Amino acid sequence: MSSWAALERFLRTDPADVGCEQAMEVLHVYVDLVAADPGAARRYPGVTAHLAACGPCCEDFRGLLAAVTADR
Amino acid sequence: MMDRCGNRAATLDDASAEWISALRGTGAAREAGLARLHGLLVRVAVRELRRREAGAWISGRELDDLAHQAADDAMLAILGKLGSFRGESRFTTWAYRFVLLEVSGKLGRHYWRQHPAQHLEAGDWDRLPDRLGVGPGDLAEHADLVKAVRQAVDETLTGHQRRLFVAVVLNEVPLDALVAQLGTNRNAIYKAVFDARRKIRVFLVANGYLEDRRLGPS
Repeated sequence: MSSWAALERFLRTDPADVGCEQAMEVLHVYVDLVAADPGAARRYPGVTAHLAACGPCCEDFRGLLAAVTADR
Repeated sequence: MMDRCGNRAATLDDASAEWISALRGTGAAREAGLARLHGLLVRVAVRELRRREAGAWISGRELDDLAHQAADDAMLAILGKLGSFRGESRFTTWAYRFVLLEVSGKLGRHYWRQHPAQHLEAGDWDRLPDRLGVGPGDLAEHADLVKAVRQAVDETLTGHQRRLFVAVVLNEVPLDALVAQLGTNRNAIYKAVFDARRKIRVFLVANGYLEDRRLGPS
């Protein structure tokens, strides 16, 4: 990938992205759904878009999913 | 079923109902519930700190202390917000979210103990291609790219956006460390960098550096 293509990808923003606050508000609901059925993420496209773009929130998602999965 | 705030409450699963009953109860049953929940939160915090590879720079007694602090603070938050739990998820999933967020916040504050001399505004722009994941290649192309982005940053971003863009993108300061340093919240910093990315892209498209291949109105 050329440096310009990499820059274009880095700068691209998804208008569906709901931001950290809204994503964290429903993270527990989202994680329970995804733990039961990975395809259920489709029900929250704005959260999915955010987690794809925000490293810290994605870390929280992965950590919560790992904790929930370890319990089951 | 409606809760005290008039919101429609989901039906609790049996395990969640047991938790709520124990934590809202009195005497030995409540004490047992509190101890059990605290134990779970400590376990989740320890695993999370290890999972995030914080163990590379936090270990032993310090890691245990951080995990207990996160569990203690999460317990306070959970008990304070118990009335807002509406059964939309399992109780433990709802509760674990609090300790995960505490771990993130504490790691953000801990960052500055490891990087006390980190400056937010002075960035090495030559690192930009590397930060974009581009390997060593055409140096002239890299130089053109850096020059164009610097121009976009200087001409389109506010001082606040510029400062955060440099800190996050060039200096790789974690968002949660900036939250701790600036006394704000993650959403505010994410939004500022999100807007900065969008403005830089618009500038680069308008000046012919990038093609307008937007997926939507971003």
